[in-house]
Amino acid sequence: MSMPNSSHEPNLALHVEDLTVSYSSKPVLWDIDLDIPPGVLAAIVGPNGAGKSTLIKTVLGLIKPAAGHVYIYGKPYEKQRSIVGYVPQRSSVDWDFPTTAIDVVTMGLYGRLGWLKRPGKAEKQQAEEALTQVGMQDFAHRQISQLSGGQQQRVFLARALVQQADIYFMDEPMAGVDATTERAIINLLRNLRNQGKTVIVVHHDLSTVTSYFDWMLFLNVRTIAQGHVNDVYNAENLRAAYGDKVALLNQNPLSQNPGSALEPESTP
Amino acid sequence: MPDLFTLLTDFTIRNVTLGAMLLGVSSGVLGSFAVLRKQSLLGDMLSHAALPGICLGFIIVGSRQLLPLLVGALISGTAAALFMLLLINRSRLKTDAAIGSALSFFFAIGIVLLTYIQSNPNANQAGLTSFLFGQAASIVPTDLWILGSISLVALSIVLLFWKEFKVVTFDIQFAATLGFPTAFLEIVLTSMVALAVVMGLQFVGVILMAAMIIAPAVAARQWTERLELMVFLAALFGALSGMVGAIISALARGLATGPVIVLCASFIVLISLLFAPNRGLLWASLETQRQHNALRSRQVLGNLYKLSLEHKNPAYRVEESMMNVYYGFNTRGIFGRLEARGFIKQSSHMPEEGRHWELTNQGMSEAKAFLSSLGQAELADV
Repeated sequence: MSMPNSSHEPNLALHVEDLTVSYSSKPVLWDIDLDIPPGVLAAIVGPNGAGKSTLIKTVLGLIKPAAGHVYIYGKPYEKQRSIVGYVPQRSSVDWDFPTTAIDVVTMGLYGRLGWLKRPGKAEKQQAEEALTQVGMQDFAHRQISQLSGGQQQRVFLARALVQQADIYFMDEPMAGVDATTERAIINLLRNLRNQGKTVIVVHHDLSTVTSYFDWMLFLNVRTIAQGHVNDVYNAENLRAAYGDKVALLNQNPLSQNPGSALEPESTP
Repeated sequence: MPDLFTLLTDFTIRNVTLGAMLLGVSSGVLGSFAVLRKQSLLGDMLSHAALPGICLGFIIVGSRQLLPLLVGALISGTAAALFMLLLINRSRLKTDAAIGSALSFFFAIGIVLLTYIQSNPNANQAGLTSFLFGQAASIVPTDLWILGSISLVALSIVLLFWKEFKVVTFDIQFAATLGFPTAFLEIVLTSMVALAVVMGLQFVGVILMAAMIIAPAVAARQWTERLELMVFLAALFGALSGMVGAIISALARGLATGPVIVLCASFIVLISLLFAPNRGLLWASLETQRQHNALRSRQVLGNLYKLSLEHKNPAYRVEESMMNVYYGFNTRGIFGRLEARGFIKQSSHMPEEGRHWELTNQGMSEAKAFLSSLGQAELADV
């Protein structure tokens, strides 16, 4: 599926070349080539251990690859940091940290503030606006451990919103949230996409891929398939990504509700 | 026993108290970040690992000069930290096992060196064992200046890089994507903990120093949900333990200052764990009891309502003793609370048969609201 590589692909929001990551001798990601055009809502889908989170973390420079290159809007990530927003997995932090929702959101502005400068009124206002966008304005001064899982996820989203990035990477933003929050989150992501931003989401629920996303990547250590959801989401690719588990799918019409035939994947 | 005036004017006691307070402030502030980064035991390892460095410093210089000994402590502490990181990254050991291994390995070297030094007759070796449990009385004004300067530098760094330390402590990966040099910031935080440990060796000694890193921070966390306030309280608790510990050990001659300071800090932790609002154990058990009572009250109210429905009589009277039998516990308290909130009233019906209760209008609507919130709207709609 990889395109012939011109030098930097400035017309692509994300361009990944020959990316390989391994923690020990066994590769976690093997020779990944990936192209995501700007202005799409893209899902990264694959079974447990497929390397979905690792892919995002490697793109963001959090994990050092054994080989490969990453370009964001034609330039290496280090040069594009200011236009990249990140929503880590909710479980990656200790929510008993002594701080408030609005303080967490303000952290999204620390990078732009730079060293030694303290967040002031302007930053506080931006953080409040972001909290309003995710419907959390009434919880601004709540201690973060007193928030529900869905509310904590919204706080993380608000923290990414204040970054005012052009491209967002989100690690399972809809894992373990209630239906209302999931609806609110997908609406928010669609709004970002409609503003011309690129949103790349690790997603675990196959049943909603086609309705939520317009671009997708099937990943299982290697790139299985990538492209427009309508072109890529089919039985062949599902089987290639998920292996035997997907055998059940043959008995169900694929377009109906393939997610019900599969083990729902849990967040690691 | 010296009176308070003597205490405050006594040169040594004043030095010790001041030094202990300085130590308390620094270890409280730096310990807050260590505890929040789940590195409480790092302080324990660093302090135990300081012993071989102190001994080597003594062997090299040949006398008990403070600065060479502290430099030695810093070097061996750092070596132990690197050894620990090596174990975590290159072996299959988990963090706790790696810390334990590094700690005991370095401490054992320290004890071996210490006994070796003691076996060689050398008048200067006296007092080296004081680093095991600290010997606050040996503090001289020069030491205070060193302590004060180190504290000032450490506190200034924390103030200057407050937001960077905060984001690194809360979410290090996100901090990295913002472009902050997270590894460097972590090294700075850890080094400052090591510095605080080394500062405390003279007072508290290598064995108990970890308590000064952990205790004030743990106690402070109980009282607040704000990082700013937590760090401030940790500094306050640290200073308080230092001051009270120093004064107590001065009043009762013969008590080692270091352990008394640690006891004071531990006492503050105990109080905080028990009595702090929201997070305290006492508070938590009161809250559980309160919720328990609220649930029982609602059950009783709901059943009064159901009984009145079954008997098609809104003012149906229920005998209290019947309810005691039904629930298997004394319901008097519950009826009392429901009455106080105006949900039920005592009826004058057959007082010789024991107390009887009936629902008020207010109780009726409360029961309906409760039942429909449980999804039993069909009962509530009647």
